[in-house]
Order: sequence, then structure tokens, then C-alpha cells
Amino acid sequence: MPDGQFISAPILSADGISKSFGTVPVLFSVSMDIRPGEVHALIGENGAGKSTLMKILSGFLQPTSGHIRVDGVDTELPGNGLSEAVGIVLIHQELNLAEQMTVEENVFLGRELRKRGVLDRAAMRTAVRGFLDDIGLDISPEDRISDLSIAQKQMVEIVKAMSRDARVLIMDEPTAVLTEAETELFFAQVRRLKARGTAIVFVSHKLAEVSAISDQVTVLRDGQWIGTHAAKDLTPDSMAQMMVGRELSDLYPPTNEVDVDADKALNVTDLMAPGVHNVSFDLRKGEILGFSGLIGAGRTAVFEAVCGLSARTNGSILFDGAPANFHSVAAARDAGLVYLTKDRKEKGLLLGQKMRPNLSLFALPKFVKGLSLDRKAEEAALERAIRRFDIRARDPNVNVGDLSGGNQQKLLLAKVMECDPRILIIDEPTRGIDVGTKQQIYHFIAAIAAEGVSVVVISSEMPEIIGLCHRVVVMREGEITGILTGEDINESEIVRYAAGLKRERQQ
Amino acid sequence: MTEITMSTAKTRKLIGFDLKTAGPAIALLILCVIGFLLNPAFLSEGNITNLLTRSAFIGIIAVGATFVITAGGIDLSVGSMAAVIAGVMIIVMNSAVGTFGTGVTTVLIGCGCSIILGLGAGLVNGLLTTKGKIEAFIVTLGTMGIYRSLVTYFADGGTLSLNYDIRGVYRPVYYDSFFGLPIPVWVFIVVAIAGWFLMNRTAFGRYCTAIGSNESVAKYSAIKVDRVKALTYVIQGLCVSLATIIYVPRLGSASSSTGVLWELEAIAAVIIGGTVLKGGYGRIGGTILGALILTTIGNILNFTDMISNYLNGTMQGLIIIIAVWLQRGDWGRNKSAD
Repeated sequence: MPDGQFISAPILSADGISKSFGTVPVLFSVSMDIRPGEVHALIGENGAGKSTLMKILSGFLQPTSGHIRVDGVDTELPGNGLSEAVGIVLIHQELNLAEQMTVEENVFLGRELRKRGVLDRAAMRTAVRGFLDDIGLDISPEDRISDLSIAQKQMVEIVKAMSRDARVLIMDEPTAVLTEAETELFFAQVRRLKARGTAIVFVSHKLAEVSAISDQVTVLRDGQWIGTHAAKDLTPDSMAQMMVGRELSDLYPPTNEVDVDADKALNVTDLMAPGVHNVSFDLRKGEILGFSGLIGAGRTAVFEAVCGLSARTNGSILFDGAPANFHSVAAARDAGLVYLTKDRKEKGLLLGQKMRPNLSLFALPKFVKGLSLDRKAEEAALERAIRRFDIRARDPNVNVGDLSGGNQQKLLLAKVMECDPRILIIDEPTRGIDVGTKQQIYHFIAAIAAEGVSVVVISSEMPEIIGLCHRVVVMREGEITGILTGEDINESEIVRYAAGLKRERQQ
Repeated sequence: MTEITMSTAKTRKLIGFDLKTAGPAIALLILCVIGFLLNPAFLSEGNITNLLTRSAFIGIIAVGATFVITAGGIDLSVGSMAAVIAGVMIIVMNSAVGTFGTGVTTVLIGCGCSIILGLGAGLVNGLLTTKGKIEAFIVTLGTMGIYRSLVTYFADGGTLSLNYDIRGVYRPVYYDSFFGLPIPVWVFIVVAIAGWFLMNRTAFGRYCTAIGSNESVAKYSAIKVDRVKALTYVIQGLCVSLATIIYVPRLGSASSSTGVLWELEAIAAVIIGGTVLKGGYGRIGGTILGALILTTIGNILNFTDMISNYLNGTMQGLIIIIAVWLQRGDWGRNKSAD
């Protein structure tokens, strides 16, 4: 309990909520009070029951037992988003916007203002412009959603919620895909909403952000309520401990020193491609090379150009000392260079299919025997991958879309490792996955590098770049601004290079 | 979600087979029973052979369509393509008579010409959709119009007829039997088996499914998306040319009304068979059943006076809608899901 503070009555409270799916219990008597003008963070590992609790709080699911109270009154929330009528709005992680429609049309979707039976576009435009000015978002009501950045889309969702007079705003990982600058802007909006008396519940895996923005923190673990504390009493470390239930001293594996004279596995000189200007770097055998920078700094673009996903206009690439020019992903793969995408749902895995076809897809030519596919070899590969990468599925025949994010990420790593690469490029290796699985992934990466594979880690999470990499390349606006080694690999150095405050002279 | 998956898994184990997969087979069985009850002659050997022969055209084309649709495409041009290929075949054979006589050589020249045209027309569709980056619906709507008007032009608005002597040589390809089954049925069987193998047992089939499920995932998984997609249209073209080769000797002529609405029947067969129209899941076995179902409906209507034969289209339409409704598989489950 926050002492010495004025405690207002909760708008929305969960009292002893339990939920089972069939015979599988996922929440055990969880209680949570949400007060006006308060930011309440909900944290826990993947599978802890956060999403289920959020869906119950917003009426998308009904609890198996327990009560939901709105303004102190026992209420059965209507499903399918109808809780918006009582002022409870859930913003899904996958934003719910009609991409081809304008901002204004989206905000008023489903409750358009009418005048004599015809849409009153002028009134709607004025209203939306008012909201946009309110939160300081520099877009026009006539902009098409598909032309906006992810952060801007997120803001549009918030505008939509504001226009519905939301009293409780529940957000599922709103900052997962935002850059640090965008996150700051987002937090500014959150503070403004808070000042207006809106209650905000949000889920995040980024504990530093939780510390920065929330007033209250509720921790769930395995469906159990672990505790609710004032954010100022917690540090990111203590939150992580509560989530995991154990000490996380060895989050990062010990780094092996790389032989400075090790052979160069990859040598990129003066690479030019869309969004990339004159990028030169090299990668040694067995090295873990970090790529840091703000989102949009061109890190992904560099490697899409290197491995044949996009065209490059100039520059040379030496692979094991020999010139390489990959025109297709298949050519890069056959040479031993693989790229693991950061977008596992859209570009990484076939969510509607089972684990076996997903695992073998990337290295499929390896599984061809004669004319046909060797199913036994595929099965054996899946068994090996499940063991090696500790992929946990209730049932091996489950659709990949039903796996947790952490298990999907492990499967994706197993998929690209199926073709025994010599260079592995991992883009955002731990986006949206819990601390426990993160730790596992870091150890896998270190083990892969220890076997002599060269690894590139592209990440927007500074701690993982610092904890994992031997050297760090920092990019800004398509150019490399610095390559850091040893003691220089620390947060403030990286930020200086990423923000353009400092840059190395390049020849 | 969890609940539903678990309960369907249980049902599957109990019944021993998947109702969705067996649906088309059950539907065909029911149709056969109805046909038999209406007129026992339905199950006579002559009628069954006739039925199988009739379904061969649509069936062969639909096998190709299964690949196109599974990889997320659509080909509306197949009916017109068949007509123009038939037309050109006849012109080529008629003009080859002077040089090669009225023997088997001329027929083989016609068949070779059909296959080249089929592969070429498929490649055009494939390249326009992939390299040209035009939507498959638009491309094949365009080529559909082009091929249709070309056959009308070649026939000068009338009918192209095959030289009478060649007709005699070519005739057995449609009318003769081999081990008790008409030759078109054998072609259908071979195409079906080859298609099934290609779809279910080869890397190519896996690639089609992956592209239809999610093209980006396919691209990032080192699949040459454009090449695979273009190949599905080439396969479709090959299937059309094979169907045309066995169709031409049936009437020995081609006109602007040849192959009208075949594209819709082929797509219907594919969908009735359980392949998903937006791609990512293809069933060759289902497609074969779908083609048989469509032909059986027409056949039953021929056998009975209860419903006018002119209502064939109505019955086919109803079957398509019912089939897809049944495949949704969530009827009656709406309440328990919430």
C-alpha cells in the first residue's frame, strides 16, 4: 500500500479472480485494484496469466470464479469490447486499426457522427484534430493509417480510446515495438492521460520502463498473485526476482574471449543499399558482434542487403575471404549465412501450421531424398530441436501460433540452425519474451558462437548488447558512427554514438 | 482456444477420422445413394464409366488449380485457355495434313502443340503475376478475355472442325478403353496421382503451402517465391493442355463456346474438396472428389425428371455453398466457444 498518499476509490477491481480453460487453470484467485489517475503495471513471465487477466478486466473473457467490480459494484462485463460503454478500453498488442482508412475514420469507426442521415465529416474532423492537438501528435486526421509509423498508430489507438471517454485504459505491451524516443513520447501521453484522471493498466517486459512510468506494480507468476507494490519501492532487479522467483545473477553467459587473429568470416566494405550508406565492418570467426542504434538506423537494412533479401547498389562482401554476391536468400543460406528476422509472426513462422513443417522449411533441400521429402528425417530433426532448444509444447501437433512467444522464438532459432550456418544474424533475439526464456536464448547464442559460428546480434535492448557481445557496431541514419570494444561497451557510450553526439572518423 | 483444440482432438480420436477431411467423400457417397434410389441404372457400369469420363476434364484442370490456389493465387483463364488451345490444335492438325498425312504423326504434332501452348500460356500468367506484380485475379481476368476472343477470331465467329480423316485416328483417345477404363479416366488417374505426390511428398508442395500461408515467411525462409508461384501457373497450363488433348477428339471441333465456365467449375471442385481459397492448405484428394461431385449432380439430374436439367447450375451452386459452410467447422459451436 502506498502510504502517505491520498487513496482514491478504485474504478475497477478484480476480487479473487480465477480462470480455467477446460480443466487447465490459468489464474488462481487474483485481486487487483485500479484507481483513477494511476498507472498500474502488470508484469510476469510469458504464460503467467497477464493476458488472461487483462481480457477478464476488459470483459473479453468471463472469470470462472471471483468478482469484477466497477465503481464498487459487482458487474458482469459485457464481452466483445462492449465494456467500452462503461469506459473500459483494451488496446491489443496487435493494433486494431483499419489500415486503408484515415485516422478520422478509424477514430469514429462504428459510431460515426451523422447529420440528417449523412456522415458529418466536418464535425468528426474537428473532434479528431482536437484530440490530436491534445496529445501533441503531429499527424492530420486525413492521413491514412498505412502511412503512419507504428508509434503513431499506437497514438491513434489512444486517441480512439480518449474519444470514447475511456476511464480505464488497458494496454498490452504498448512499448514493445517503440524506439526509445517514441517510448518517451508515448509516456508523455500516458502522463497527460493520468493527469486527466484516467486509470491506466499496462503490461510490459521492459522493467526499466515499468519503474519509470508506473505508480503501482502487480506481479503474477504461474497464474498466482505474487504481490502489488508501489513502483518506487521496487527496482528492476527486484521486479525480475519476483517474476521469476529466483535470483537472476547469470542472465548473461560468460563471454569467451575471441582470438584477435581469428579468420575474418565476413568482410563488408562500403556497402550501399536503400537506407544504408557506406557501411564497412568485419566479423571474426566465433565472434558475437552487436549492432546497436535506434530503430530505423538501418541495421536490419544492412543485413537484408548482405543476405540477398534486398538489392544493394554498391560495395563488396567477402565471405571467408572470397567475394560473395548473394542474389537470393537461398544462395546465402547455401553458403552458410542465415538471417533470423525480428518479426517472427509475419516473417518468421507459419502460425497456422505445425512445428515440423516450420522447422524444416528453411533447410528443406536438406530433407529431400530422391524426389520426395524424408518425413522421418524431419521428425528426427524436430525431436533434436525440441531437446536442444528446450521448446515446450503441450503437444507436438499444436499449431505454432498457439505456442508462447518464447517457444516460438526458440523454434525460429532452431529453424535457421537446421542448415548449420557459419554466420548467424539474429535480429532482436528476445523481442516480447520473458526473462527466463531470454536467459536461455542468451546461453544458446553464446554456445553457438563457442562452436565457431560467427554471430551478429541486432538489438534495441542495450543491456543485451552489452551483456552478450564482444564488439558493438553503432549505427545512425544508415551509417556506422562507431565500433566499440572492451571497456567502451557501455550504455552511455552507445547512446552517444547512436544519438549522433559522437562519431568515429571513417576513412 | 485451448478448450476447442483439445475437444476436437478428442473427437478425432473417438471417431477415428477427421470429419472435415472425410466430408467430400461422405457427400459423394450420399449423392450416389440418392442417384441409385432415384434410378438403379445410376450404378450401371455404363453410367459410372460415362460419369468418370465426364469428370476427367474438370478434374484434370482442377488438379492444376489446386496448386495455384494453394500458393495463394487464382487462375480464371483456364476455360478460355482450353478453348484457344483446342482451336489452335485443330488449325495446326488440319494444316499438317498436307505434309504429314492423316496418320498418328499429325495427331502427335497437335498434342505437342497443345502442351507447348499450355505451358506457354501458364508461364505468361505466372510471369505477369510475379515479375509484373499484377494481382492474379486481374491478370487471369485479362488473359481469359484475350483467349476467348482469339478462339472466336480463329473460328471467324463459327466453329473450327477437325479434318474428318484425322478425327478417325484421334477418336480412340476419347472413346476407347484400356483395361476396362476409358483413356480419359486413365489420364485423370495419372494426373491425380502425380499431383498428389507433388503436393504432399515434395519440397515443391511444401513451398506452395508456405507461400499461400504467408508469403513473407516463405521469402525469409529462402524460398524463391516468384519462381514457385510462376511454376504453379505453368502446372495449371500443362493440366489444361492435357485436358484439351482428351477433349478435342470428343467433338472434333472448337468454337467460342468451348470450355465456357470451366474455370468456375474447376475452382468449385477445388473448394468443395477442402482447399482453402485464400491459400496455404491444399488437398488434391479433395479436389478429385469435388470434380466427381460436380459431375455426379449433373448426371443425377439427367436421370430424373423430378428436377429440370436446366437447374444443374442451381444444384451445383447450392452444393458449393453447403460444402464451404460445412467446412467452416464451427457451426453449432458458437455458443460454447464464448
